[in-house]
Amino acid sequence: MNPVNYLYLAALLFTIGAAGVVIRRNAIVLFMCVELMLNACNLAFVTFSRLHGNLDGQIIAFFTMVVAAAEVVVGLAIIVTIFRSRHSASVDDASLMKL
Amino acid sequence: MENLIGLLVAVPLLGAALLLCGGRRLDGKGHYIGTVLAAASFAIGAVLFADMLGRGEHDRALHSKVFSWIPVGGFRADVAFQLDQLSMTFVLLITGVGTLIHIYSIGYMEHDERRRRFFGYLNLFLAAMLLLVLADNYLLLYVGWEGVGLASYLLIGFWQHKPSAATAAKKAFIVNRVGDVGLSIAIMLMFTTFGTFAFAPVLSNAGDAGEGKVTAIGLMLLLAACGKSAQVPLQSWLGDAMEGPTPVSALIHAATMVTAGVYLITRSGAIFNAAPDAQAAVVAVGAVTLLFGAIVGCAKDDIKKALAGSTMSQIGYMILAAGLGPIGYVFAIMHLVTHGFFKAGLFLGAGSVMHAMNDEVDMRKYGGLRKYMPVTFVTFGLGYLAIIGFPGLSGFWSKDKIIEAAFAKGGTEGWILGGAALLGAAITAYYMTRVMLLTFFGEKRWVPDEEGHEPHPHESPSSMTIPMIVLAVGSVFAGGLFSLNDAFLKWLEPVTGHSHGDSPLSAAAVTGGTMVVLLIGVALAWAQYGRRPVPRTAPRGSLLTRAARRDLLQDDFNHVALVKPGQYLTRGLVYVDHKLVDGVVNGTAASVGGLSGRLRKLQNGYARTYAVSMFGGTAVLIAATLLMRAV
Amino acid sequence: MSGGALAAAASTTSTGEALQFWVLGTVAVIGALCTILMRKAVHSALCLAGTMIVLAVFYLANGAYFLGVVQIVVYTGAIMMLFLFVVMLVGVTAADSLKETLKGQRWLAALCGLGFGILLCAGIGNASLTTWNGLGQANSGGNVEGLASLIFTKYVFAFEITGALLITAAVGAMVLTHRERTERARTQREQSEARVRSGRNVPPLPAPGVYARHNAVDIPGLLPDGTPSDLTVNATLRGRGQIRDVSSEALAELAALEQRSQRWLGRKGNGTGKPSGGAGKPGASENGENGEDGESAGSAPNPRGVAK
Repeated sequence: MNPVNYLYLAALLFTIGAAGVVIRRNAIVLFMCVELMLNACNLAFVTFSRLHGNLDGQIIAFFTMVVAAAEVVVGLAIIVTIFRSRHSASVDDASLMKL
Repeated sequence: MENLIGLLVAVPLLGAALLLCGGRRLDGKGHYIGTVLAAASFAIGAVLFADMLGRGEHDRALHSKVFSWIPVGGFRADVAFQLDQLSMTFVLLITGVGTLIHIYSIGYMEHDERRRRFFGYLNLFLAAMLLLVLADNYLLLYVGWEGVGLASYLLIGFWQHKPSAATAAKKAFIVNRVGDVGLSIAIMLMFTTFGTFAFAPVLSNAGDAGEGKVTAIGLMLLLAACGKSAQVPLQSWLGDAMEGPTPVSALIHAATMVTAGVYLITRSGAIFNAAPDAQAAVVAVGAVTLLFGAIVGCAKDDIKKALAGSTMSQIGYMILAAGLGPIGYVFAIMHLVTHGFFKAGLFLGAGSVMHAMNDEVDMRKYGGLRKYMPVTFVTFGLGYLAIIGFPGLSGFWSKDKIIEAAFAKGGTEGWILGGAALLGAAITAYYMTRVMLLTFFGEKRWVPDEEGHEPHPHESPSSMTIPMIVLAVGSVFAGGLFSLNDAFLKWLEPVTGHSHGDSPLSAAAVTGGTMVVLLIGVALAWAQYGRRPVPRTAPRGSLLTRAARRDLLQDDFNHVALVKPGQYLTRGLVYVDHKLVDGVVNGTAASVGGLSGRLRKLQNGYARTYAVSMFGGTAVLIAATLLMRAV
Repeated sequence: MSGGALAAAASTTSTGEALQFWVLGTVAVIGALCTILMRKAVHSALCLAGTMIVLAVFYLANGAYFLGVVQIVVYTGAIMMLFLFVVMLVGVTAADSLKETLKGQRWLAALCGLGFGILLCAGIGNASLTTWNGLGQANSGGNVEGLASLIFTKYVFAFEITGALLITAAVGAMVLTHRERTERARTQREQSEARVRSGRNVPPLPAPGVYARHNAVDIPGLLPDGTPSDLTVNATLRGRGQIRDVSSEALAELAALEQRSQRWLGRKGNGTGKPSGGAGKPGASENGENGEDGESAGSAPNPRGVAK
């Protein structure tokens, strides 16, 4: 088996995550989908690291995790705040930008 | 000497600038400044005249180029002056009569607090008129032409607090604009035809330019002349222009403004000679106007309006003469000069009478004034005799020649024109006698003015009477002097050319006929106004009289023929503007708005929709990247 | 994983890894699909956690030992727990409706997803990687040591900046969730006064009824007239409709007991017979009142025999 298959898997996971972002309304699930996409990227990075034979890809994946952690913390805080004021975690309810 | 020509224009222009920009400081002496500068202009003119007389007949014309005005490619316009015999005649008339009117105005406008401004306008008027007659090309002439229009607007509307005066000024200005359009079109045609608008090349090439174009130019020039000289069909402003102060009327009618049209046609003689159709139109306009003005003059009770009618009629004579071609040019100008004298005198006399009668203008409320205002009576009377063509006085010499020339046109045309001129002479005698009788003879029909002041007629101050006397002298002797040895003919012939034509009647016969119709006119007037008392209010009168009182329905005609269609056109355009133009504009706006409203739905505020577009965009980006790699 | 060996380049992996990939890859994809398709957020979270664990295995398989562990500890252990906390906060039982409300959203999503996936795969396929290097050399000094030497040399600034980022995120989360107290907290005195003033019953609620079979918090106490009082039962049980009303049944039992004991005392007939209708009735109602007394006193002689 060629490790490129990991890349295909990563692409598939990423696409699933992106589709989830688009079709789910629940902000929490939406965030999970974003995490899924990030993880798919990480898998790709790790695979690339292996393909290239150096550790830079793993480093990038590591940073991605850190950033993802930060993002999740802030994002969930936002969700909690929105939920407190609107009693709903649906992203469609927060559509005040439209006229 | 050439440099003096520019000075002729510059001096009154300086006066205008001084008086109009000088402010209150000049209030006390503004009128003297204005008068002195006008007189200075006259003095310069006189010096130039003397100089001109000292030269041979054929090199009397002087040229003076001041500067290149608009040198753009093939388009060249210079500020350049040309002083030949024709211009000289006008210069002397304008500055001479103008100066006299300035002097007269010192007395006449004594109690007007805006006298300084008045003199500034008068100087401006002189400057513009001098520029008009001294220009050596049509474009510069046009500048003077417009300047005259502006000055006349300012002066007619001088008493702008009176709505009638303001309206009259606007009317004069607008009617004049119609003529100005003609002049500007004529100048454009000249430029396309001859490539220049200097007098010399245009006039010398007029014969070779093709009759159609020359006729067009001629007709446009005629339109211009009609506007300035108050000829049918653009005559309607003249009567209303009487709203201005009387010296202005004198200036407009005698020395400036209305003579501009005659000057234009005479100056452009070569063009009209090459365009018989245009010439015929000129003649027709002149003949119609001379009768029109005379008839209007008969019916007016307002002394100034009666005189205005007379002016129209006399200018009609001049235009008629000018339209006759080389037969008549000289006489047109000669009549213009003599008319300048006696008409100025008449207007100044009328002003003097009004001055004495608490500004009353209705002749039916005058009567018996000869005992109270002897100087005015005598000078006015001499002007009267001159205008009706009393043998020996100025008008006799010039008008008689015009009537002769009309007959000399030859053929049926000659008979018609001659007959019209003769008829005009009879009517002139009638209405002028009427004015004379109503004003100075008969019993007193005075009425107190609105504030109850009984009129106490008195002779005017010397500043007013002296110009009148000078003008009366001119009215008496000018014509004879000009005709002595055909002096005027010889003087102008090098410029305008002259031919005798072939008159079917001898000069004596014409003179005799003129005398007969003159007597008939005077007798009719005497029978109507001298023998029996004149009612204070005008009788209803015949249909013609009533029409003539309304200026032969000129305003009604203009209203129906021009104003109404104009209004309908405007309304139509407004409708088109509202429905069509605005419709297109609003429709565009609405369609853009509608489209935006639909496009706006893309922005529905749902984050997920935006996410989809991002998603799709990313896919497109990847596709593009792959495509680029593939390529 | 270790099958990468020390070879500079390889073109295939071990069969074990291939097997592992196909099995776990399937699991990962199923987990991902479940993440986006489950109606309850908590299920989604669990599926996602599963996928992440699979990914951790794949990291390990790809020679990223440190990341594999971090994936499990940080992602699955911390981040997913955070998710679960929030899910609990928002309401664990709330199920999302999967009905799409935006017109065309699903079609567009499907279209974009398909296009995106195909293009991505095309791009990967286009790269035509057939040989690779493997991490044998890079990991020769140990994976963690290798990473550490990179992080603290080449990527030291990025690393420090991530530290700042994390601090910022922590502060941001606190700021976002912090609720400013806009009024003074009420003292205990004020609270008790408000309670008295509001007209609610201030003393403790009456005790529930007692039923001998168990401690009977779900049985309402009876009022003097024999009707059960809801006040005596916990509000939650009331809300769930889980109150056991035994009063009428207990009365009936008591009446039967009375009859039986009378029969015993009067020696009329044998034990298990039914109570005779007519004569027993007035007595039953009399004894009902007695029975009530008896029950509230807590003495129920022999309920077991007549259990429902």
